Amino acid sequence: MSDSAALKVGGLDVKYKDFQALWNVSFEVRQGEIVSVIGANGSGKSTLLNTIAGLLSPSRGTIKFFGERIDGLLPHKTVPRGITLVPEGRRVFPRLTVFENLVMGSYIPRTRAGKDEMLKKIYELFPILRARHNQMANTLSGGEQQMLAIGRAMMSEPKLILCDEISLGLAPVVIKDIYKRLGQINREGITIVLVEQDIKRSLKVANRAYIMLEGKVVLEGQPASLTEEQVKKAYFGI
Amino acid sequence: MVYNMEDLLQPILNGILLGGLYAVIALGMTTMFGIVKLVNLAHGDLMILSSYLSLIFISWLGVNPFWSLLVIAPVMFLVGVLIQGFLLNRVLGKEMEPPLLVAFGLSIILQNTLLMVFTPDARSLMTDLSVKTIPIGSSLNLPVLYFVDFLLGCAVILVLHLFFRKTYLGRAIRAASDDEIGARLMGINTRNIYAYAMGIAMVTAAVAGVLVGMTFTFYPHTGPQYLIIAFGVMIIGGLGSMAGCLVGGIILAEAQLLGAHFAGPGYQLLSGYLVLLIVLGVRPQGIFGKA
Repeated sequence: MSDSAALKVGGLDVKYKDFQALWNVSFEVRQGEIVSVIGANGSGKSTLLNTIAGLLSPSRGTIKFFGERIDGLLPHKTVPRGITLVPEGRRVFPRLTVFENLVMGSYIPRTRAGKDEMLKKIYELFPILRARHNQMANTLSGGEQQMLAIGRAMMSEPKLILCDEISLGLAPVVIKDIYKRLGQINREGITIVLVEQDIKRSLKVANRAYIMLEGKVVLEGQPASLTEEQVKKAYFGI
Repeated sequence: MVYNMEDLLQPILNGILLGGLYAVIALGMTTMFGIVKLVNLAHGDLMILSSYLSLIFISWLGVNPFWSLLVIAPVMFLVGVLIQGFLLNRVLGKEMEPPLLVAFGLSIILQNTLLMVFTPDARSLMTDLSVKTIPIGSSLNLPVLYFVDFLLGCAVILVLHLFFRKTYLGRAIRAASDDEIGARLMGINTRNIYAYAMGIAMVTAAVAGVLVGMTFTFYPHTGPQYLIIAFGVMIIGGLGSMAGCLVGGIILAEAQLLGAHFAGPGYQLLSGYLVLLIVLGVRPQGIFGKA
């Protein structure tokens, strides 16, 4: 089983100065899976994703990506290895056009040659981006910006996409559409980790789920095997 | 009063041409301000450093100052990369003041080093262009050196514009200035990016230094004088805007030359600053700036 692990996190501690955000977190994602990480505000979900992507450095523990240690590597080392983060708040480049935002996704040298092909693929996945390709990103709606953030992440030809709160603040119909596209992306063999507060939706699409509370993993399993009672208890810590 | 309009044409023409030079002087500074919110107080001194480098080069090889750019531009690129990479990046992202102080310190060190090495004598980059003019019509003369300044200035602005719009590095610099964390997540090493940006700003300073050195005389302490011009251009044109650079340069130069024309040469600087004040009062974000 561990042979097919795309991502293996073991005993991870992460601190912000004096505050410890993650406590001995172990976490595994197999190739081709969609794994959901759920938990209340401040439970450490975003910290976990940011640490995997390389924005934060762990004080203890290991992160392995296809068997290779990547803990402590900065994003300009993790992105070329095939990890990409769709960050909370999207972080699209407001004064760059949609097209330029997507091109920045293919910044790493490995992906530059295949840029046009990927661009075509992403415009097929999100036709609205093609319609808006010459518009500044700050003129897009929230849903469109989220699609842009996902499309931009896809441009780096990732093996693993980490999605942080992609449904936050979006209309249900838009969320539904975005999740449909994520399913399409996953069917192409790209592994996905979803961090969500929307428990129901993310459990529905996930192969496996982790529930976090106060910086620790308190429950894991296949969504079907988790009872509502268990999830509630783990989520609220009661 | 009957005023001869033809008398006005010469200062207007000169103002437009000089504006192109002012634009290149401000270009590197406005670029860095737009990207890293860095106010490089040493910009004028780094520009004068380029003038002196060019002086060494042409007195050594006896060539035209333009040829010296082939060497000085890469050297200044390196200087910019080192200054940003080893000095300014260390104090970046904290407050506004530390980078300001570092740049100010650099300015003082540069001025005094230049003074030590080159003595306080006035220098200029000799070129036979400076005495040439092309007559237009009966009363108007096109000063060839100013015209070259203007053309080169426009060319540098155009090239820089294309660089920022069309290349991976240029777009990455803009992306990093829009959202640094977003840029890092694309695999962009933002620290390097800022160093390259400063290197590019210094290439524009190298061009400005050579042009200024050919057009005017310079001393080790001339830097701040051009820093103030750069500030004026930035404020009139709009902070961080490249199109604003050219327009701001032309407006400031026109204000100075027309002021000198009407009120006498002593009022040249004053009338420039008056226009600057008016712009600040009417449109504080500058002509091309965003409110």
